Amino acid sequence: MVQAKNSTLEQSFNSIREKAESQLRSFQESHIPKISIGKATCGLAAGAMETHSAFEEALGEQRVEAIIKSVGCIGHCYAEPVVIIDHPDSGFPPIFYPQVTPGKAKMLVKSYLVDGDPLFEHMLGAMEENDTIPFVMDYPRFNQEERIVMEKCGLIDPGDIHEYIAYGGYSSFVKALQLTRQEIIEEVLSSGLRGRGGAGFLTGEKWRLAGNMDSPDKTVICNADEGDPGAYMDRTILESNPHQLLEGLAICAYAIGAKRAIVYIRAEYPLAVETVIKAIKEAEELGILGKNILGTSVDLDVSVFHGSGAFVCGEETALIHSIEGKRGMPRYRPPYPVQEGLMGSPTVINNVKTLSSVPSILKKGAAWYRGIGTEKSPGTAIFSVVGNVLHPGLVEIPMGVTLRKLIFDICGGIPAKKRFKAVQIGGPSGGCLPEDFLDTPIDFDSLTQAGAMMGSGGMVVMDEDTCTVNIARYFLDFTQKESCGKCTFCRIGTWHLLTILDRITKGEGSDGDLERLETLSQDVKGGSLCGLGKTAPNPVLTSLRYFREEYEAHIKEKRCPAGMCRELIAYYIDLEKCSRGCDACVGSCPVEAVFTTKERKKGIDQTLCVKCGECMSACPEEYNAVVKVSPPEKAPIVPRPEATNDKNNGR
Amino acid sequence: MSDQISTEDKKRIQEEEEAMAHDIAVSLRAFDKERTSLIPILQMIQEKYHYLSLAAIKLVADHLDAAPCEIYGVATFYNQFRFNPPGKHQIKVCLGTACHVKGGGIILENFERKLGIRYGETTPDREFSIDRVACVGCCALAPVAIVDEKVQGHMAPSKVEGLLLGYQIEKDKEERARQKNGSSKE
Repeated sequence: MVQAKNSTLEQSFNSIREKAESQLRSFQESHIPKISIGKATCGLAAGAMETHSAFEEALGEQRVEAIIKSVGCIGHCYAEPVVIIDHPDSGFPPIFYPQVTPGKAKMLVKSYLVDGDPLFEHMLGAMEENDTIPFVMDYPRFNQEERIVMEKCGLIDPGDIHEYIAYGGYSSFVKALQLTRQEIIEEVLSSGLRGRGGAGFLTGEKWRLAGNMDSPDKTVICNADEGDPGAYMDRTILESNPHQLLEGLAICAYAIGAKRAIVYIRAEYPLAVETVIKAIKEAEELGILGKNILGTSVDLDVSVFHGSGAFVCGEETALIHSIEGKRGMPRYRPPYPVQEGLMGSPTVINNVKTLSSVPSILKKGAAWYRGIGTEKSPGTAIFSVVGNVLHPGLVEIPMGVTLRKLIFDICGGIPAKKRFKAVQIGGPSGGCLPEDFLDTPIDFDSLTQAGAMMGSGGMVVMDEDTCTVNIARYFLDFTQKESCGKCTFCRIGTWHLLTILDRITKGEGSDGDLERLETLSQDVKGGSLCGLGKTAPNPVLTSLRYFREEYEAHIKEKRCPAGMCRELIAYYIDLEKCSRGCDACVGSCPVEAVFTTKERKKGIDQTLCVKCGECMSACPEEYNAVVKVSPPEKAPIVPRPEATNDKNNGR
Repeated sequence: MSDQISTEDKKRIQEEEEAMAHDIAVSLRAFDKERTSLIPILQMIQEKYHYLSLAAIKLVADHLDAAPCEIYGVATFYNQFRFNPPGKHQIKVCLGTACHVKGGGIILENFERKLGIRYGETTPDREFSIDRVACVGCCALAPVAIVDEKVQGHMAPSKVEGLLLGYQIEKDKEERARQKNGSSKE
C-alpha cells in the first residue's frame, strides 16, 4: 500500500521535474544572449528598473535579440544594480557587471552584444572558470563564503517555480513525504540545526515537541517579521528564492502534522509579500501545495499574513497575538506556542533562514550539515554587514569564522584608510565589540559569551569617526520606541536609560550617570518578560564595558572623541587656509551660517550653525580649511561684520 | 498642527471622510465578523485611503462588535497605520543603522526645518508629509530618502533644498498655467 502511494507520488513529481528540466536546458542551450538583472528591493532602490528599460531600449535600437531575465538579489549591495550577461556566441563565459547604470547598459548592448567586446574595464569577473577573465570565485568576497540558504539567490528567477524545480527544488519535500514523521524530525534533530531567529533553540527539538502534541489543528508559522533597522537578509531570501522557504515550510508542516501554514511578512516589504503570494499560487497550481499534495492524502494550506510593523512582533507570542487581531504584546511562557499557540492550537514558529536550510539538510543529510560550521553551531550564518566597510552586503559564512576574516577579508575592511574601532553585532539586541574581539569565532555561544549575540544578523562596522555612545543611544532610541509597554522595567526603564544617554551625548552628563546606567540596565534585563526588554540594554552594557573612557570623555570633558555627537562639536574655518574669493561653502550651508569676513574670507556663525558638516565636504581639497573640533569651545570666534555697512553680507 | 488648518480645509476633509465612510462600509461586508479580520481590515483601509480616519475606526468597531477605543488601541500599536492624511508628496527618510551612521538624522532634520513640520505630520497645504522608515536595504547609498517612491541616494542637506525647490518650481508652473487658462477663458 505504502509502495503504491510512493510510486504515484514519485511519478507525478517526476513528470513535473522532467518538464522543468527540459525547459531549463532549452533556455540554457539557446544562443540568444541572456541578461539577468537583480531586481530585489535593494537592486530596485539602486535603479534596476531604469537599467532594465535602458536595456530594452538599446536592444530595440540596435535590433539585437536578447532575453532579459529578472532575478533576485545576489547580496553584493555595493555592486547594485547587478547585471549578469551570458552571451554564448561571444566565446566568453557569463560575466558579472557591477553598478550598471542606464548609460552603461546601453554601452554594453552596443559593445558586447553587437561588437563582441565585453568591456573589461566595467566587469567584476566571470561566473565560470576560464582563461581570459578572472573568475569571481577567486575573489575573497566570493570564495570565503559558503552558501546554503543563499546559494541560488540572485541567480534564479524567483517568479518561476520551474527553474527552482529544475535545480533540484522540492525533491527534498517529495523525499520527506516518503519518510515517516519521526524520521524527518530525527534527521533535523541530528543535523543540529538551531533557530536562526536569534536565540538559537534546536529546531528539531521544537518540531518534536509539536509533533508529540495530540491535536488535529496544528499550525506552522514562518517568522519573516524582520524588524532590525539594519538587517534585511530575510527579505532578500523571500524576494530571491521564495520556493526554498515554502519547501522548508511544507516539510515542517508534514513532519509535525500541520495542515495550515502562515508566512508572517512585514507589510513594509511589499515586494516580498507579492513574491511569496505568487510563489504559493504557482506551487498550488502544480499540486505541490494545497489539497492532496502530488496525489497523496497530505493537505497544506499556506497563506500570507501582513505584519503591521512592530519590532516586538518578532517575539513569537506577540506575533501570534497580532495574527489574532490584538495588540502585539508578548505573554508569559510556558505554555510555549508548541503547546498552545495560534488560537490555542500547537504552533511551530521558525525563522526564514531556519526553514530555508531544511531542504538542503534533507537532501544532503544531517552528517553533511554537521560538517559545516562548529560542533555546537552547525551550518552557516547570514550577516548583513553595513557601516564603514568597503563591500557592504549580505554574507553567508560557515559558523566559526572569525570576525576579522569576515570584516577584513570578505568585506574588504575599512575604507579611506581609517582605523577599525568596533563592531555592533545583533542589532538593537546585540552588543558592541572592540578590536580585541576580532578573533572571536562567530557562533551562538561565543558571541553570547562576549556580550553580543547572534540576534537578527545585523552587523554594523564602525571606524574611528563613529561614536559608540551615539550608537548605543541610537539602538536604545529604537527599542524604547518599540517597547510594547507591558513590563514596567522595559517601558519606563528604557526611557530613563535613553534620557541619561541623551544627556551624555549632549554634554549634560553628570557624575554617577555611568553607575546609574549600569544598575538600570541590569534591572531592565531582569524585569522584562520577552527578548526585547531582556536584550535592550546590551548595546549600552557592552559599550560601557569596552569603551568606558569614551563615555567619560563625554561626561567629564564634554567632548566627543569621535566627533559625532553634534552638541559636542563645532566647525570653524581656518583663516590661514581659507582662500579669498572662494564661495564653495557658502552655498552648501542649509541655514546661511557661513558669512564673509572683512578680509573676504569665510567664517561660521556658531549661533546659526546646525553642524551638518556640509561646508567641510564642500571645501575644496586644496584648501581643506574647515576644521571640526570637540568640545565646541575650542573653535575660535570670528566676528560677523556689521550688516548695515555691507549689503552683500553673507554672500 | 490643527490650528493651522483653515475652516475651509476642515470642511473639505470632513466631506472627504464622509464619502470615504460610505465606501468603507461597502467593502467591510467582504470581511468575516471575527477578530482575526481586524488587522487585514485596517490594512485594506490604509491601502485604499492612506490613513485611518476616526469615522473609519468607528465603522470597523461596529462591524466587529467592539468598542472604537479597542480598535484604536490596536491600530495605534502598529507603526504601519497613520491617522492623518498624508501629503501629495510623501517623503520618507531612512533611519536604518547604516543611514544613521552616515548622518540620516541630519537629513530628516533638514526636511523638517524646510517644511516646518515634524516627522509623522503633513504640511497644512497637504503638499508634503514626512515619515521616518527603517532600513530600505540600499545601505551602500546611505544616507537615503525616498520621495514619491523614488530612492534618492547619498543625500545631503543641499540636496534636500534642491529637491523641495524642484517641487516648488513645478507647482508654480502649474499655478501659472492654470491662471493663464482661467484668464484666457474670461
